[in-house]
Amino acid sequence: MDAGAADARMGWEPSSMAGWVAPHVAAEFPGLGISWIEVDGRPGRSPDPVERRLAETSDRFYGAHAIHMRERPIPWAYRVFFRQIGLDPDRTRTPVEQLALDRLQDGGFKTRGLPADALTIATVETGIALRAFDADRVEGALCIRDSAPGESLEGRPGELSHGTLVIADERAPVGLIFGATGEDRGVSRATRRIAIAAVQVDGVPQIAVDEALWMVASTLQAA
Amino acid sequence: MPDLLERQHTALRIDGDERLARAELRRQIGRLERELGSLFAEAFPRLQLDAGVAAISREPRALGLGDLEAVRDSLATRIGEARIRLRERAELETRNRELLERMLDAPAEHKWLRISHADVGEDGCGHWHSRPRLGPLGMLMGWWRVKVSSGCPLPGRLAAVER
Repeated sequence: MDAGAADARMGWEPSSMAGWVAPHVAAEFPGLGISWIEVDGRPGRSPDPVERRLAETSDRFYGAHAIHMRERPIPWAYRVFFRQIGLDPDRTRTPVEQLALDRLQDGGFKTRGLPADALTIATVETGIALRAFDADRVEGALCIRDSAPGESLEGRPGELSHGTLVIADERAPVGLIFGATGEDRGVSRATRRIAIAAVQVDGVPQIAVDEALWMVASTLQAA
Repeated sequence: MPDLLERQHTALRIDGDERLARAELRRQIGRLERELGSLFAEAFPRLQLDAGVAAISREPRALGLGDLEAVRDSLATRIGEARIRLRERAELETRNRELLERMLDAPAEHKWLRISHADVGEDGCGHWHSRPRLGPLGMLMGWWRVKVSSGCPLPGRLAAVER
């Protein structure tokens, strides 16, 4: 059975949606973008094939990969973006570098269940920064914008300082562009539909974003 | 939502010249980051370089001209420091290679001297060691030679040690 027939059999074809970036933010950061995909699924233990794939990914990843990672175009692009938004990527790690560090410290990519394992596999394979949200709690399209005065992340103390770059839906910020997620916006036991979002920065090709989203979606769908 | 789209960015001036200046600084940051990454990789595993540049902000935000300049300057400083450390390391390795050649030519003049692969900038765990042939007898007779170690322990031997 070919892949198309398999997809048709499952009644599922992945198609990502493009979010928007506030114009004044886009003017500052050409190439910045957000795409997401929604998949039926609930969090839980990763099935054996996913755990096997995680282990295989661990086996292909060595210390030298981590050292030379910052020379590769996509990890480099995220490091540069982190610098440009005031973060030190050697303290606040880019998603792929954080995974690399965890891999070296733990001796392997440890399973953390779904959807985390699916995100780990896709992030390590593609370098793309991915986030998971509870799709039923996302209202309308996702976007990247700067925070307005008085806004905060749900369930977290204090207001966001004005101008903080956030991922938001049509109602409010759902998380920082990299880092914390609003308390009720992330994936929880109650989640039945998962939104996987990819933050694209200048220098990251769209095909890599599409591949990362497809990889997560297909892993979750197969589980 | 429309107000968020139409809202002017209050923290940043958006006139053309300043925006161009910020874009140029971001481009420079990208170039410097690439250079620092290359130096970091070049130094591994001989030298551990500090590539950290203090974060300007606790939260992600679009930086103004001054902040971007600070990041750019910090990166440039880090690169300068990294180049100096790499150059110093290269000079040390060159001196060690010269010393190794002298030791290989005249082991008796370099008694007990031990030079590792890392000392001359090579990978692996091996080393050259000036030792007397036949132990104390060689010491008394002046029979010195350079012994080359067999390199890194094999995984099986390491496992045996752990057991």
